[in-house]
Amino acid sequence: MKNPLKKFFDDTKPLFTGDGKYKKYEPIWDATKTFFFLPSVKTLVMPFVRDHLDLKRYMSIVILALLPVTFFGIYNTGYQAGIGAGESWSVTRCFLIGAWYVLPIIMVSYVVGFAWEFLFAVVRRHNISEGFLVTGLLFPLTLPPTIPLWQVALGISFGVVIGKEVFGGTGRNILNPALTGRAFLFFSYPVSMSGDVWVAGKHLMDGVTGATALSVTGAGGQSITAALYDAGYSLGRLFTGFVPGSVGETSALCCLIGAAILMVTRIANYRIIIGGIAGFVITTIIVYLIPGGQDSWSNAGPFYHLCAGGFLFGISFMATDPVSAPGTNPGRWIFGAAIGFLTVIIRVGNPAFMEGVMLAILFMNVFAPLLDHLVLKYKSSKRIPNV
Amino acid sequence: MQLKSRKEYQGILVNGLWSQNPVAYQVLGICSALAVTVKMSTAIVMALALTAVTACSSMLISSMRKIIPSNIRIIVELAVISTLVIVTDQVLKAYFYDISKQLSIFVGLIITNCIVLGRAESFALANDPIDSFVDGIANGLGYGLILVVVAFIRELLGAGKFLGLQVVPGFLYDLGFQNMGLMVLAPGAFFVIGLLVWLKNSLPGISSQKK
Repeated sequence: MKNPLKKFFDDTKPLFTGDGKYKKYEPIWDATKTFFFLPSVKTLVMPFVRDHLDLKRYMSIVILALLPVTFFGIYNTGYQAGIGAGESWSVTRCFLIGAWYVLPIIMVSYVVGFAWEFLFAVVRRHNISEGFLVTGLLFPLTLPPTIPLWQVALGISFGVVIGKEVFGGTGRNILNPALTGRAFLFFSYPVSMSGDVWVAGKHLMDGVTGATALSVTGAGGQSITAALYDAGYSLGRLFTGFVPGSVGETSALCCLIGAAILMVTRIANYRIIIGGIAGFVITTIIVYLIPGGQDSWSNAGPFYHLCAGGFLFGISFMATDPVSAPGTNPGRWIFGAAIGFLTVIIRVGNPAFMEGVMLAILFMNVFAPLLDHLVLKYKSSKRIPNV
Repeated sequence: MQLKSRKEYQGILVNGLWSQNPVAYQVLGICSALAVTVKMSTAIVMALALTAVTACSSMLISSMRKIIPSNIRIIVELAVISTLVIVTDQVLKAYFYDISKQLSIFVGLIITNCIVLGRAESFALANDPIDSFVDGIANGLGYGLILVVVAFIRELLGAGKFLGLQVVPGFLYDLGFQNMGLMVLAPGAFFVIGLLVWLKNSLPGISSQKK
């Protein structure tokens, strides 16, 4: 017996392909079909590729790597809401409450983003690209759980249209679409994106401000590490991620698991991640050794810097976007290291932007083509001419 | 010198206002378009000031075009333009002091606005004074058209106001509506102008380039 789903697609095929009635909407039909089945387009002539890693599987592995972060983010949102309400909730309740806050954000992001993708695919008559599967999940994970849903819709629209489609669609964008959307929200609606927005829940207890660890400063000669400890941000908590913050970024552990999955499957290039962490750690040590600033983040040292904020999330999932990162290996090392360097400099040097990783990645995205150009130029200058 | 038919003047006007719009088609005068479009009132005054300067300078330069030696023509053009700009600036200071203060340096900077010199170079030096005057008006208004549309969008989204009056009702703010802070920043104008150019270029018919 035939698979009913396959039968449906076989039956509707004449309507959408060739001179069918709904020829215009072929991209939508194709996208829905390849969501369930392998693409029917086969390579008929040489060269044959050993492993048919296509964009869809590529993106599925990124989604897989994002799952730990997502589930932990949902749980942590509920957990923080419980702390905010002054009660101790069970694990199940934390999950349910967290899902109540986070799932609508993810759904709005996917629905609005895919609507734009469908629109552009129909107008430009190409197939819908799978790249949005990742963007649509990455974007909500960078937002605070209290973000209004209409702002989520605006942000993802900006990310998809201005960040990607105006450049020609997937594979042609110079900026990471998810981060473009977040930067838009950050500058457009600072009230929703900074300050006391990191704990979900309608009625917060007194004293629960929901500030992130990065906004802590030592007062009255207290060192930053002591101030962090007093505020409840011990290194262990920051590493495991039971702290307020954007949905997906709080847990350094889950980000590292995701990064490991991406590096082992070679979906993400390890040079960017390792180079980024190296640049980050070296810069934090240099900043630490500069005298003064006992009470500010400049004196926090590499471990606190790594575990607090969204650096690990950004360097693992955002900076490794194959489109907006450089394509040459030396370029990737420099790209990663520069992101790490800039993140620390922005965190330490500019108190107005407590989280520098978003701006650092967007900034280096713009420089990625230049890095590639310089690397290629350097390599071709090493060739022996006319031989 | 003889007057041209009505249709030819219409052609000059349509070129300046729409099909070869200085901001949207030639991408000139972007600097001031970013700076003065946070509010409608400043945008309108700036548009009028630039229209007056462009029209008069084009006419004057055109009437002198046969006696200007071509090797010093830029200096002559700039002398005419700067005179007009200073007159405009003084008139604004005398009669619209508040707005003149908000526009600050940008009225004085009309002298460096590419549109004015561009029209003088590309149109006034080759056409009659009356044609040049119409062309100056058309280009000034074309610039003003974009400025006013951009300022309308930026003021509405960025401050919830139209010409200084609150138009976004208070209950929307109570429901959670927020002003878009990006629109008040200069990058907001970049995005709005870019989207408007995109819209203009993809409108069917009138704006499609003949290939």
